[in-house]
Amino acid sequence: MSIDIDTARKVAKLARIRVEEADLPALAGELSGILGFMEQLNEVDVTGVEPMTSVTPMRLARRADVVTDGGYQMQVLANAPDAREGFFAVPKVVE
Amino acid sequence: MNANELTIAAARDALRAGDLTAVDLTMACLTAIDAGDGLNAFVHKTPELALEQARAADARIAAGDAPAMCGIPLGIKDLFCTRGVSSQAGSNILKGFKPEYESTVTARLFGAGAVMLGKLNMDEFAMGSSNETSCYGNAVNPWKIDDRNLTPGGSSGGSAAAVAADLCLAATGTDTGGSIRQPAAFTGIVGIKPTYGRVSRWGIVAFASSLDQAGPMTKSVRDASIFLGAMAGHDPKDSTSADLAVPDFEAALTGDIRGKKIGIPREYRMDGMPDEIEALWADGIAMMKDAGAEIVDISLPHTRYALPAYYVIAPAEASSNLARYDGVRYGHRATLAPGDGITEMYEKTRAEGFGPEVQRRIMIGTYVLSAGFYDAYYNRARRVRALIKRDFETVFAEGIDAILTPATPSSAFGLGEMANADPVEMYLNDVFTVTVNLAGLPGIAVPVGLDAKGLPMGLQLIGRPWDEAGLLNHAYVLERAAGFVAKPAKWW
Repeated sequence: MSIDIDTARKVAKLARIRVEEADLPALAGELSGILGFMEQLNEVDVTGVEPMTSVTPMRLARRADVVTDGGYQMQVLANAPDAREGFFAVPKVVE
Repeated sequence: MNANELTIAAARDALRAGDLTAVDLTMACLTAIDAGDGLNAFVHKTPELALEQARAADARIAAGDAPAMCGIPLGIKDLFCTRGVSSQAGSNILKGFKPEYESTVTARLFGAGAVMLGKLNMDEFAMGSSNETSCYGNAVNPWKIDDRNLTPGGSSGGSAAAVAADLCLAATGTDTGGSIRQPAAFTGIVGIKPTYGRVSRWGIVAFASSLDQAGPMTKSVRDASIFLGAMAGHDPKDSTSADLAVPDFEAALTGDIRGKKIGIPREYRMDGMPDEIEALWADGIAMMKDAGAEIVDISLPHTRYALPAYYVIAPAEASSNLARYDGVRYGHRATLAPGDGITEMYEKTRAEGFGPEVQRRIMIGTYVLSAGFYDAYYNRARRVRALIKRDFETVFAEGIDAILTPATPSSAFGLGEMANADPVEMYLNDVFTVTVNLAGLPGIAVPVGLDAKGLPMGLQLIGRPWDEAGLLNHAYVLERAAGFVAKPAKWW
């Protein structure tokens, strides 16, 4: 499976990473090389094998559905690139 | 001998006997760190915090309340969130980030009285095998054989360099595909990746959540046992943390492995493997046999598919985990042009903040998870992963106690030598270690010898799930038999 320039552009868009048009051919080449390496997986007979979902067989622990934490507005905002009046600030989202 | 050259075990005994204070020990490390800037191992130094912690440790020792790690100066990989101290995961996208909270591992270590000297260099988001993807620049291996600077390995390259150069007594590392064991092997130290779930992942910047596991990097197997005991244990804040008692790992070091079965997997004998690695492996097998273990040829038939499966699964998980770096809540935000909306903010922030290898892996992960390819790549890789795990379960069910393999396909290479290589060539560094992460098993790298060039080489032991105690005892036997005592000559 080789990745063309249009696919590379689409993947970059999905990943929300800006890639300049001039850099797309090199990116497509690199991604194709890595995917080519993964093609070896097609040699394996996986009939009847379920995809692994848990590293160790365990039931995830549950806890009571109660508030256990919170009330740290200032700490939550402390590392924000732009925080105003107790909120995260971002560029306009809706026209 | 300077105090910074001590092992944890020796320092612990000297502190308890009153022959050494934690403050003097910490000062010796801080002096070594300042003289070791050429290694670029410590990227955020915390001398004031270290001395404050050392004074508190001395008070505890004087009061007779001293756990084993009390007063022991450590380096902490930059991947661990440490309250009020820069924690960047080696990335520009987290520049300036100072967590408001403490990772479970560092909280446990500090609770046990350990001292943090600073944060250690690493590959960006732990993605790399040579510490060359770091936003801080390369960490440098203290081992040197000509005018070249060598890689300390990766991703825990700063940790490995700092321990090997005696800048600290030991360091934390993390291992997603070999990131503790490969750098340990490249620098002649010990590194253990515990069973998945043994050590809490809470507060460690996530790379691939089903593979990530933290562990100690130390000067000896005994130190690894002491250090791991202080890191491990159940944590309700990590839903995959195992609710199991932590054994006394140090007490398990009996040096007796008579009658134990050591598996030698034939699939790890790779085409093109250097003769020296092959000979080292044969030496290790002989050492285990001399110690009374039974050597058994075993087969792990899906080994060759581990790397391609890993390079589907790890980027897939990374693309999801790293979606949080959006320029909104913490870290870097790009300067926007007039009229830029939120999508431009995301795209420009991530293009500026992430380095090329991280961008590449996020995009590979995005692709294998995208509609139409999810089954062909991601689900197929997870099926193959189940088969790789089954390979190990089969040999353990047949009575194998531990598996002995090479740790790396070569000794340390020169920084920059792989710069023009295909990304896949760099991935081959993980060929012997990555199976262990996929199967969730414990694995340890032990230094066993020097190659003809004079560089350290290590072997890997793989244990049964949750049997770190037995694994460490096997490693202890190998360590004693190998008698590896070489240290890098100081040039930095």
